[in-house]
Amino acid sequence: MELLLNIVIYLPLFGAFLLLFIRRAEWVKWTSLFITTAAFVLSLPLLLQFDISATGSAQYLTVSEPLLGDWDVKYMMGLDGLSMLLFMLTTFMAPIVVLSAWRSIDKHVAGFYSMLLILQTGSLGVFAALDLFMFYIFFELTQIPMFFLIGIWGGENRIYATVKFFIYTLVGWLLMLVALIYVGFAAGNMVNDGVFTTDWRLLTDPSFQLGLVEQTWLFLAFGFAFCIKVPIFPFHSWLPLAHTEAPTAGSVVLAAIALKMGTYAILRFLIPLFPNAAIAFAPMFAVLGVIGIIYGALVAMVQKDVKKLVAYSSISHLGFVVLGMFAFNTVGAQGAIIQMVNHGLSTGALFIIIGMIYERRHTRMIADFGGIAQKMPVFTVMFMMATLASIGLPGLNGFVGEFLILVGTFNSEVLGSYWYAVIGAVGVILAAGYMLWMFQRVMFGPITHKENNDLQDINAREIAVLLPLMLFIVWIGIRPTDFTKYSEAEVTRMLEDVQLRASVVVDNASGEDLPGWALHLYDVTPQLAANLDNETEEVEE
Amino acid sequence: MDAFVHLVPWIVLIPLIGFLFNGIAGMVSESFRKKKPLIGTIATLAVFIPFLMAVYLFFMMQGDGESASISLFTWIEAGNFTTDIGYRLDQLSLTMTLVVTGVGALIHFYSIGYMADDEGYWKFFAFMNLFIFAMLNLVLADNMLLLFLGWEGVGLCSYLLIGFWYTDMAKSDAAKKAFLYNRVGDFAFLIAMFMIFRTIGSLGFSEILAGLELFTSLDVFMIGLLILIGATGKSAQIPLFVWLPDAMAGPTSVSALIHAATMVTSGVYVIARLSPLYMMSAELMLIVAIIGAFTAIVAATIALTRYDIKAVLAYSTVSQLGFMFLALGTGAYVAAIFHVITHAFFKACLFLGSGSVIHAMHHVEHKLHEEGSNAHFDPQDIRFMGGLKKYLPSTYMTFMIATIAIAGIPPLAGFFSKDEILVMTFNAGMGEYGAIYIGLWAIALITAFMTAFYMFRLTLSTFHGKFRLPEKVKGAENSEKHLHESPFTMTSVLWALAGLSVIGGFIGIPNFVVATFTGTADVNLLSNWLDLTTMDADLILSKQVEWMLLFGSVVIALGGVFVAFMLYGDKEPEAQDRRIAARFGALYQVWNDKYMLDEIYEGGIVRPTVRLSDRVLAVFDMKIIDGFVNMIAYIVRFFGSVIRYFQTGLVQTYAFGMVIGVIIIVSMLLFR
Repeated sequence: MELLLNIVIYLPLFGAFLLLFIRRAEWVKWTSLFITTAAFVLSLPLLLQFDISATGSAQYLTVSEPLLGDWDVKYMMGLDGLSMLLFMLTTFMAPIVVLSAWRSIDKHVAGFYSMLLILQTGSLGVFAALDLFMFYIFFELTQIPMFFLIGIWGGENRIYATVKFFIYTLVGWLLMLVALIYVGFAAGNMVNDGVFTTDWRLLTDPSFQLGLVEQTWLFLAFGFAFCIKVPIFPFHSWLPLAHTEAPTAGSVVLAAIALKMGTYAILRFLIPLFPNAAIAFAPMFAVLGVIGIIYGALVAMVQKDVKKLVAYSSISHLGFVVLGMFAFNTVGAQGAIIQMVNHGLSTGALFIIIGMIYERRHTRMIADFGGIAQKMPVFTVMFMMATLASIGLPGLNGFVGEFLILVGTFNSEVLGSYWYAVIGAVGVILAAGYMLWMFQRVMFGPITHKENNDLQDINAREIAVLLPLMLFIVWIGIRPTDFTKYSEAEVTRMLEDVQLRASVVVDNASGEDLPGWALHLYDVTPQLAANLDNETEEVEE
Repeated sequence: MDAFVHLVPWIVLIPLIGFLFNGIAGMVSESFRKKKPLIGTIATLAVFIPFLMAVYLFFMMQGDGESASISLFTWIEAGNFTTDIGYRLDQLSLTMTLVVTGVGALIHFYSIGYMADDEGYWKFFAFMNLFIFAMLNLVLADNMLLLFLGWEGVGLCSYLLIGFWYTDMAKSDAAKKAFLYNRVGDFAFLIAMFMIFRTIGSLGFSEILAGLELFTSLDVFMIGLLILIGATGKSAQIPLFVWLPDAMAGPTSVSALIHAATMVTSGVYVIARLSPLYMMSAELMLIVAIIGAFTAIVAATIALTRYDIKAVLAYSTVSQLGFMFLALGTGAYVAAIFHVITHAFFKACLFLGSGSVIHAMHHVEHKLHEEGSNAHFDPQDIRFMGGLKKYLPSTYMTFMIATIAIAGIPPLAGFFSKDEILVMTFNAGMGEYGAIYIGLWAIALITAFMTAFYMFRLTLSTFHGKFRLPEKVKGAENSEKHLHESPFTMTSVLWALAGLSVIGGFIGIPNFVVATFTGTADVNLLSNWLDLTTMDADLILSKQVEWMLLFGSVVIALGGVFVAFMLYGDKEPEAQDRRIAARFGALYQVWNDKYMLDEIYEGGIVRPTVRLSDRVLAVFDMKIIDGFVNMIAYIVRFFGSVIRYFQTGLVQTYAFGMVIGVIIIVSMLLFR
């Protein structure tokens, strides 16, 4: 099984290598489709053999010898409850993405598909990597093909968009790299006999305790990187631009897979590595999440470009995910994980759908459509379902995630206020507003542009692209437990573990060497600092 | 009931099967779409079979009244949260099921004829079945979350069916409006669920009702208020009722099924379901009652001024729903459900009757066009009608019966249910906040008068007098020859519903009426039947008072009918309305403007939000947030652009720099 996991990860890379030798565009497409489908089929045993009750350690674990000389940096891959669903989402989406680009790409076809395939290996690596250093490397591996996908096959403003996307993300992640090296040395000193280590197991070892001040700075450095990647308000401005300029397939990968790396990284690294800081900063992240929900929805409402509208709606949906993760309870975190999958499916579907009408009309402006439901009945059904999933209609997938997130947030002890959930829930009203308004202007009413009279309904290939997505949209809506069961045990353990380790650090902290703001932030009241602390509290009151 | 509860999932599933079959077959096969009788039959059976099953359950439950639950599978589960797809069979849910499937099946049958000429026939019936499926989930759910699935599901079907003729932008606007106003209510409903889960740890009705004492009194008030807000959305009460009149854009059978008989009563159902919670707070009850009474009178005053036959019925529905909420607020849950049932009968009859009229008027317009006339008129406008009783006898008679029923004239159905509400409101006047309840009772009494008045105004203007179209519209001379009665599939349903409007009231004969003659009596079937599931306030009035109230409401209703006959007997409605307008002055203008609520919401909330997003947030996003990112990039570029003059790539420059450097160092060494 360990071997199978590695095969699934590297098969697409091997496919990209194969594409070097294939000349004919048709063959390139079929090869890509075959490779990605094979990767998906091969990943199924990983899902079926997964032991959902096992927690605390990854399954199908591959661990190599240290790779970087004296440093304990290892090739370490495996899957656990946190990553399983996203790993499967990636293998599942890949053939769909390949198929969705079938007719829309006509320049450098082999280059395009090899970029998609390299991107897939990178993404799978990100979700399977259990060494922080490996995670970083795989992450960078996803950035480069995405840079080219937007930069070569994108729209008019593609160079600006892709450079902004690339540099913005890179700035964040370089800062994180510095913090990562610090963590590596610190962990080495504490739990690995002085040898630099980024081994996942050692980083979450209970005896690896970073000081509160250290945690704060490291948390902020990591958090900054992930905030940009997710993106969380106010670091989101690259996203609408990248989405509008990217080709359909690029947008789908970006929305369905790439954005999840940010939220996944929060759950995988940010919260477990810096438990005290994560808890202390939870309200701040929750506020940013809530702002993202409302702000993304309001800005989405007034967009004139359908694709940009969906891009802003992504910011709103990801606000929900962030909110759920920082609720620090199983309900919220489970909601966040399933919401990541849901967002991948329904927003992915929406981008594919927009791509379909763009291919026909070469415009994405809402004003250029209207009344096309008459011409494309099957398309209308698919579009409607994706829209309803996106606005969280019960019985479809979006509701499950949003509901769990809001329940979790409402009852969150760490956040300590129900207002986050109440205000976040306003997003449910707004989502219906902007999506249905857009849907109405695009699909309903009379046909106002004569070009739209000749629109053809979607063909068999396009139905084949959308049908699997629709199937899962309904499946997750009706039987979400078939999916949430994979992460349930691990999420519960992780959150308990985080809170336990956080309390140990606070108990051991002595007030002497902590600055005043840290005492406040972490609620430390050691005897020596007690007087000072009381004074400041009184001042506040 | 344990022995029979396994039937319940089938009751819910059969309409879903109907939806999937008609929907998928219709989408895939061109030839299937043309088999209209088959499609209609499948859809009707998909509702009628569940009705038969519900009737069977009804008889089986007579011997064994215990409620029972069945759980199919776990729906959503995470951490300490878990909810099943589970159904609950008890008197209340079965009563609602009987109404939904019974009236639903009749309306499906009616639609076979009514929609016969429509291209989207298959789609229409698929959506109708989907609606029944969602509605049954709503009434049969054993937990709040599944109820919410039905709750939003019926909202979706309402959206799809209001906007059924989607090529008309106004109709799809109405659909969107309905969905959004409902979403506002749903938001409150969601928060209520969070609060319930926080305290009870479950959303099951049994658990909630068993754990009521865990709530603080503030919790009770907030939860009740939030659910009430949710209900004002779905059941079109103040302040969220404005979507319902617009919802008449849908086909008339949709108005009858969704926007009169079933969906809009779900708010009443939810509050009745949670009646023990509402009974815990007198203030909460008072708010429910106030909202109900004011909705009733506000909608009734608007109904007086309308000329669109469906609009009058729509406002009448809002008003009657107000009566139901008033009943809920007085603790008269049985009376509320009673009015749900009787209202389903007579209002469905009225809507379907209006459909028959519109059908006929459409036909006239169609024929006129065939003859080469270019006459255009609104087939729903009563100003063009009049005298239709001669041409549409069955429609007329059934419409008249239903009008008498809604007006509250004994012994038809509406009389009993409305009288019970009035009595119970007066009864509440004897308890806490009594003075306010007496005030509400007075409002309800005035509304009852207006109900009789505007309903007879509508009926008389439509069916009595002479046919006004030929003289009002150019090119429509002698158009009365094209008027004809609707086919049997439609009139038979009208007769069935009219029959139910006549006899429907006898399931809830007030006990005191019989008791006056026999000493004691136990004849209120509905009250006995629902006794176990709702928690009603006690009736403390004496028999004499009850008789007085009963006579009072009869006199009031007859008064309304009398005034309507005087004014509209066989005269033109417009001229008479001007007389009323002159009498009431500015007040009438307010009614005619529908209290400006649409303008207030549109101008006060919707447009400012859009403008804020467009002019402020979207600009902020591009200029400030993205601008800040770009500014950092520019700063970096600025430094780069300065420093790059030192990186020219010319060896001479570098050599020059080295020489300068060497000179500086050497001079520093020499002269330190």
